[in-house]
Amino acid sequence: MPPSAPAPTNPALAGIAPTDRHLLRALAQNFGLVLSWAVLVLAILIYCAIYYGQLGTLPGNFEITSTVNNTMPLVLSGLGQTIVILTRGLDLSVGGIIDLTNALAALYLGDTLQSAILGSIAILGVGALLGFVNGALVAFGRLQPIVVTIATLSIYQGLAIMILPQPGGTIPPEFSALLVNSGAPWALLYCVAFGLLWMMLRRSRLGVSIYAVGNDPAAATANGISLIRTRLAAYVLSGVASAGAGLFLAASSTAGDATTGNGYTLTSIVAVVLGGVSLFGGRGSGIGAIAGALLTTMIVNILFFAQIDPLYQSFYEGLFLVLAVVLTMAVGRLVKRRRR
Amino acid sequence: MIDPTPAAAPNSSGPAIEGIDLVKAFGGVVALGGASFSAYPGEVHALVGENGAGKSTLIKLLGGRLRPDSGVVKYYGQPVQLHSPQDTRRLGAATVFQELTQFPGMTIAENLLIGREPRGALGLIDRRRMTAEAAAILAGMGLHDIDPGELVEDVSLAQRQIVEIVRAVLAEPKILFLDEPTSSLVEREVEWLFGMVRKLRAEGTSVIFTSHRWREVISIADRITVFRNAREVGTFTTISEDDAVSLMAGRKVSAIYPTLPPKPAGDAALAVEGLSGNGLTDISLTLGKGEILGVGGLAGHGHRELFFTLFGALKPSAGRILVSGKPVRLRSPRDAIHAGPGIALVPEDRKTEGLLLPMSVKINLTLSVLRRISWLGLIRGRDEQARTRAMAESLDVRPPDPGRIVGTLSGGNQQKVLIGRWLLAESGILLFYDVTRGVDVATKHEIYALINRLANEGRSILLYSSDAEELAHLAHRVLVLREGRIAAELHPPMTSEAIVSSAVRDADAA
Repeated sequence: MPPSAPAPTNPALAGIAPTDRHLLRALAQNFGLVLSWAVLVLAILIYCAIYYGQLGTLPGNFEITSTVNNTMPLVLSGLGQTIVILTRGLDLSVGGIIDLTNALAALYLGDTLQSAILGSIAILGVGALLGFVNGALVAFGRLQPIVVTIATLSIYQGLAIMILPQPGGTIPPEFSALLVNSGAPWALLYCVAFGLLWMMLRRSRLGVSIYAVGNDPAAATANGISLIRTRLAAYVLSGVASAGAGLFLAASSTAGDATTGNGYTLTSIVAVVLGGVSLFGGRGSGIGAIAGALLTTMIVNILFFAQIDPLYQSFYEGLFLVLAVVLTMAVGRLVKRRRR
Repeated sequence: MIDPTPAAAPNSSGPAIEGIDLVKAFGGVVALGGASFSAYPGEVHALVGENGAGKSTLIKLLGGRLRPDSGVVKYYGQPVQLHSPQDTRRLGAATVFQELTQFPGMTIAENLLIGREPRGALGLIDRRRMTAEAAAILAGMGLHDIDPGELVEDVSLAQRQIVEIVRAVLAEPKILFLDEPTSSLVEREVEWLFGMVRKLRAEGTSVIFTSHRWREVISIADRITVFRNAREVGTFTTISEDDAVSLMAGRKVSAIYPTLPPKPAGDAALAVEGLSGNGLTDISLTLGKGEILGVGGLAGHGHRELFFTLFGALKPSAGRILVSGKPVRLRSPRDAIHAGPGIALVPEDRKTEGLLLPMSVKINLTLSVLRRISWLGLIRGRDEQARTRAMAESLDVRPPDPGRIVGTLSGGNQQKVLIGRWLLAESGILLFYDVTRGVDVATKHEIYALINRLANEGRSILLYSSDAEELAHLAHRVLVLREGRIAAELHPPMTSEAIVSSAVRDADAA
């Protein structure tokens, strides 16, 4: 005898085979992720259509390569931001970490590939350290993430200006070639690799802890998960990801600029939201954030080819963001209701 | 006179768990004032008492969720310092706290196996195996209709509660604390739980649990400890309900259910014709002025949807709602509050569906009548104070202080504040949705009397309760919902058995 009350069967589900029902459930449980990729595909189609309308040809190797390369810093900072947001945190220092690591890259990567690789490992370490400072203030100091990272954003930006007052420095060309190979969209492979890394994270103890803390910190504690260690790890990973973004920016511009990262604080949050990750924590996927980052770039591309005055660009970006969020909410509710 | 049998300590090597002179205060509020308690291996020990009497606090202290201000906790005779529930786990204890400690956005399988997930290649979690293991665990406990692949937030409260219990039992505890494990379970599920508890008892586990349902307490407990005013007042092997209730309240409590006021012959205050949607099918009913109309049936059969539709919080797909004979469209709770004499919903989940816990009693009481007590958008403070104090006193909110933060009141008193809000709003149609769930016996009596008084004053009351006994005694007649339809209409004399049997599909009830 099943001890639970019989769940009222939904007539809408009656005729659906169990495997299809499982598929439907998987869709419902990950609708944010699925939707973000669907919208990305839609945006790519619109982009291609407009591009074809303007130039009479489809975007080629060059366009794809530059689009993906330009998006990599946002993919990285968006992934870092996702991890922090999943723990119910927020990392506003993303822009400052990019500024600082970008400046460091321009000054200290040397002039050989070997020195550059060793240097970038060190710079990733600096990113980890900057993230650790955020994490320590949030986890040990029990301070509001938004306050902590607004403060460290200023501090990191200030440090960046101090060490590199004028744009400049040098990046070894071999290093640029390695990261942002201008010949083909190799960066897409990075996206795939980050996707795989994300799936591994989700199946690791740390990943489960991150989701658990974001779902219910008290319940996580009761299950023996350390809030301090989980939050620290989240900010450290975000710092490393942003340092990676700083390196990418250095590689693609072949020089350093202590203000290059400023915009990423907000766009990383945009990518997270477009990727279907809940700002309330505990729900969403970094794979969605990758789509969110690519989508952000596609929107800019579409606006460019639709010959929108660049002055109005931010207006339309905002409009798209609101539309995307409304769409996500509406579809999410619809899916949940259909399943009831 | 109280003449229960005080319990002698069972023959045994010694208690499995013991708390001695435990004191715990939150701010100025003493939750536990020097309470002592012990339970032996292989015994089921019930803690009973009003809300706020200290039962949950005791369980939190023994279960490592809170640390005592003073006093000693002993596991198997050894004094221990508990810093977290993890510590008690190492000592062989598991706890189901009243506030579920679950991860709503994660699957049931993840929730069950968190911290001991099966691992595959590269030490990564094997999700397929995890789901299979969880399914096997659930099936092994006779739970075939819980799908481990569902997110916790997508299943019913009862299933969530069961998952929480399964997780505790999975740890094979020698000491199991269950804080109100049955509050959202229906009878069949309670039977399942008690089967589990009996099995654990036979294996030598000591089970400590709290419940407000007396029938459950006497059906399973070996010993009963009564709490009042932050301390224990006695431990018994047998005690009658009347004696226990008197002990809990500290005074003699008169007849449990008040006499029903005569059923008025007045006009229909609320009429529903052919209402469908949100799982409801063709619901028609009339609620007379001054009538108490009960709605019964098993959880999950459309009661919530019916009540929320009538409160404008859900949209029907078909049918009409008439208030005082006039058709109305309820697109939001605001519409419902302003329809005719006003429709008000008192929900079961006070915390998420009505009260602003961190704010004062005053603000919570006046929330829906702000217009009436303000002038040019400013609230008239003296008027507000006078009205809210009078209401708090008339409802016997303890303490009757309008400035008090609602979150610091006991559950029963919170419920009174919520009812008071709609009385201040002078709503004529009151929808009571399982309002006595998790409320202590003495406060239950007060709520029963209040419902009675409200009907006597000419208000119309639609009453859903998961406790069929309550419906049988409080309502003029009872509608039973099954799968979103009205399955039966019962008139006095009705019994709780009749309500339950017409709620079950295959019963050959009248």
